[in-house]
Amino acid sequence: MRGKNHCNPNLENDNRGLLVLIQYQIGAFMNIVLEVKNLTKHYSNIKAVNGVSFSIEKGTCLGLLGPNGAGKTTTIEVIEGIRPPTSGDILYKGKPRDAHFRKEVGIQFQNTELPVFLSVLETLETFRNLYGRKSDITELIEICQLQSILLQDNRKISGGQKQRLLLAMALANDPELIFLDEPTTGLDPQSRRHLWDIVHQIKAKQKTVILTTHYMEEAQILCDRVAIMDYGKIIADGPPDKLLKEQCNSTSIILSEPPDEIILDRVADRWTKIQDGVEIHTDDLNQSIKNLLDNGVDLSAMIVRPQNLEDLFLKLTGKKLRA
Amino acid sequence: MIRRIWTIFKARNNEFFRDRAAYGWNLLFPFLIIIGFSIIFNEKEQTLYKVGIVYGNLSGRTAGTEDISGSAAGDRQFLVFKDSKYTEFIDFPAFQTAMDKLQHHRIDFLINPDTRQYWLSTTSPKGYIVEKLLQAGMVPEKSPYIRERITGSEIPYSEWLFPGILGMNIMFSALYGVGYTVVRYRKNGVLKRFSVTPLRPFEFLAAQIISRMYLLTLTTLIVFLGCMVIFDFTCQGSYWSLLVVFLLGSFSMISVGLVIASRSGSEEFANGVLNLISWPMMFLSEVWFSLEGTKPWVKTASAFLPLTHLTDGARRIMNDGASLFDIRYQIFMLILMSFVFFMTGSILFKWNDE
Repeated sequence: MRGKNHCNPNLENDNRGLLVLIQYQIGAFMNIVLEVKNLTKHYSNIKAVNGVSFSIEKGTCLGLLGPNGAGKTTTIEVIEGIRPPTSGDILYKGKPRDAHFRKEVGIQFQNTELPVFLSVLETLETFRNLYGRKSDITELIEICQLQSILLQDNRKISGGQKQRLLLAMALANDPELIFLDEPTTGLDPQSRRHLWDIVHQIKAKQKTVILTTHYMEEAQILCDRVAIMDYGKIIADGPPDKLLKEQCNSTSIILSEPPDEIILDRVADRWTKIQDGVEIHTDDLNQSIKNLLDNGVDLSAMIVRPQNLEDLFLKLTGKKLRA
Repeated sequence: MIRRIWTIFKARNNEFFRDRAAYGWNLLFPFLIIIGFSIIFNEKEQTLYKVGIVYGNLSGRTAGTEDISGSAAGDRQFLVFKDSKYTEFIDFPAFQTAMDKLQHHRIDFLINPDTRQYWLSTTSPKGYIVEKLLQAGMVPEKSPYIRERITGSEIPYSEWLFPGILGMNIMFSALYGVGYTVVRYRKNGVLKRFSVTPLRPFEFLAAQIISRMYLLTLTTLIVFLGCMVIFDFTCQGSYWSLLVVFLLGSFSMISVGLVIASRSGSEEFANGVLNLISWPMMFLSEVWFSLEGTKPWVKTASAFLPLTHLTDGARRIMNDGASLFDIRYQIFMLILMSFVFFMTGSILFKWNDE
C-alpha cells in the first residue's frame, strides 16, 4: 500500500464520516440550519455558480442580492434540489439533504403559474395536503390575508394576491427554512409593503428565511444578513449595517444646482454626475459643507443622505441593480 | 402516499369538470360523430354517387323528373340506370353548368338521354363505377346470380362504427388530456412547484392516470348510455367485459400520453407529436373503415397501435357477443402496451425540462 488516505477508501470514508459528524455537532451547537460549501453549477462554458459558500443560522433572514444573471436564482434552485450541483456540499441541519429536507422547507418561486380552474382555497389545500406536517390553515389565511379571495378562481386574482397565495403555499407545511425568490418583483409599492409585513411575521416565529431580491430597500428592511453576488460568486457577506460601515462608510451630498467642475474637484475627493445634478461622497460631512460654502456654492437645494446598500452594490459591482 | 395521490387526483378532477369547454366537448364529440354518421349512412338518405342529367342541346331549360319524355322515357337502359340505389340524379338546365360541376368533381357522371351521350372524368373512381352501372343495363341476363340474405344477424354500419368512435374519443381524451396537460404544467412551472414538495413522480403520474381513467369511464359511460337510448344500439356481449376493454384501452392510451409528456416543456412540440400519433392511429385502427385488402405492412403497423386492439376488442364484444377469453389476444396486447408505455413514461419523466 502506498500513499495516504486517497489510496485507502475505507480510511477516507471513515475520515469523511468523522468530518460530517463533527460538522453536524458544530452545526447543531451553533444552530446552523443550512450550510453551503464551495457550490458550483456550470452550464457548458457558463459558470452560473462559481464556488459559493455560506451558512445560515436558525431564525435569521439572509438576503441574496445581485444583478440579473448574477447566479442568485441558480444558487437557490440548486440548494432547493431543483437542479443538481456541478460540485460542492449542501448540508441541512448538518447533514446532506434527504427526504426530510423537502418536508421541512417552504419555497416561493420567482415565476410560478397556479393550477387553473382551482380556487385560492383549493390551491392552498392541495399543496398543504401534500405534507404530513401542516400549518394551521386559518392562521395561514390570516397571516397572508387571503380571507377575501378564498373562493376566487386563481386566474382572477391580482399580482399582489397571487404573491400572497404563493407565500401561503410556501408556508403550508410550517417550514423551518423558507426560500423566497424575488417575492415582490413587479408588485406595486402597497403590495410590496404588504408582503414585507408578512415576512416580518414569519421572522417573528423564528423561521429561517433566504430571500433573493433586486430591491435594496427590501433587503435593508428584512434581512439580518446580506450576501452580494456577482458572476456566480459572493463578493460581500455580512449584516447590512456592518457591511456599510466597513465598505461604504461615507455620506452623500446631492446638489441639484452643481457648481463648475473646477470647484467640485477643489472641494471634493470623490464626486459623480447623477441625473439630478452631482453627488459628492465624503467621509467628513462638516468639512465638505464648509468647503462648499467657502467656495460660494449655493446649498439651498442640498440633500444629505447616508450611503445605502445600493451604493455599496454599485461600489462592489459597478452596475445598477435593476437593469 | 395515498393521501398525496388522492390530493392530486381531486385537484385534477376539479380542473377538468370546471373546464366547461373541454368537458362539454368530451361528451358532445362522440354524440355528434354518431349523429352525423347516422344521417349520412341512413339508407334512405344515403348517396354514394351523383349523376347529372342534361336534355337535348337546350340551355336554360328547367327540367324535372316529369319532363323525362320522348326518347328518355322510353329508353329502358336509362330507366334501369335511373333506378340505381345510392345514386342521386340531378337535372341541370344548362350543359355547361353540368360540365363545370363534372370537371370540378362536384358530380361523378353526366348523361344526356336525348343524345345518348355521357361524360366522366377518367381519374374519378366513382365515375368509373357509375359507368359500369350504366353499362349493366345493356347486358342481357343469361344466367343471373341469385341474391341471398346474410346468415345470422346483420350489423348496422352505425353499430359497427360505435365502438370505434368511443375508442377514438378515449384516444383523444387520454392523449391530449394527460399528455398536453402535463406538458402545460411543466411549461408554466406547476410541475416545478410540485417537485419541491414531498410528492414523488410516481405519485403524480399515478394520480394523473387514475384521474383520467375515472373521467374517461364517466364520460364514456354517459355517451354509451346516451347512444344506446337514442340510437337503440345493442350490446351482444357482457357489459363488464366491455368495461374491462375500455379500462385497459384507456390505460394504454394514457400511458402513451405520459411518454409524450415525460420531458418536453413545449406545447407546440407536444401538439405536433400528439397529432403525429393520433391521426395515423385513427386511420390505421379500423375506426372508420376496414383494413381488409390493404398492404401487409399497413396491417402490421396497425397491430402496434393500442386503438386497434381497443376497437377490435370492443367491436367483438358489442357486435359479436365475444367473451374476454375470446378476445384474449387483444387483452394481452393492451396489457403489454400499457406496461411498456407506462414504464417508459415513468423512467423518462422529469419535473423540469432542463
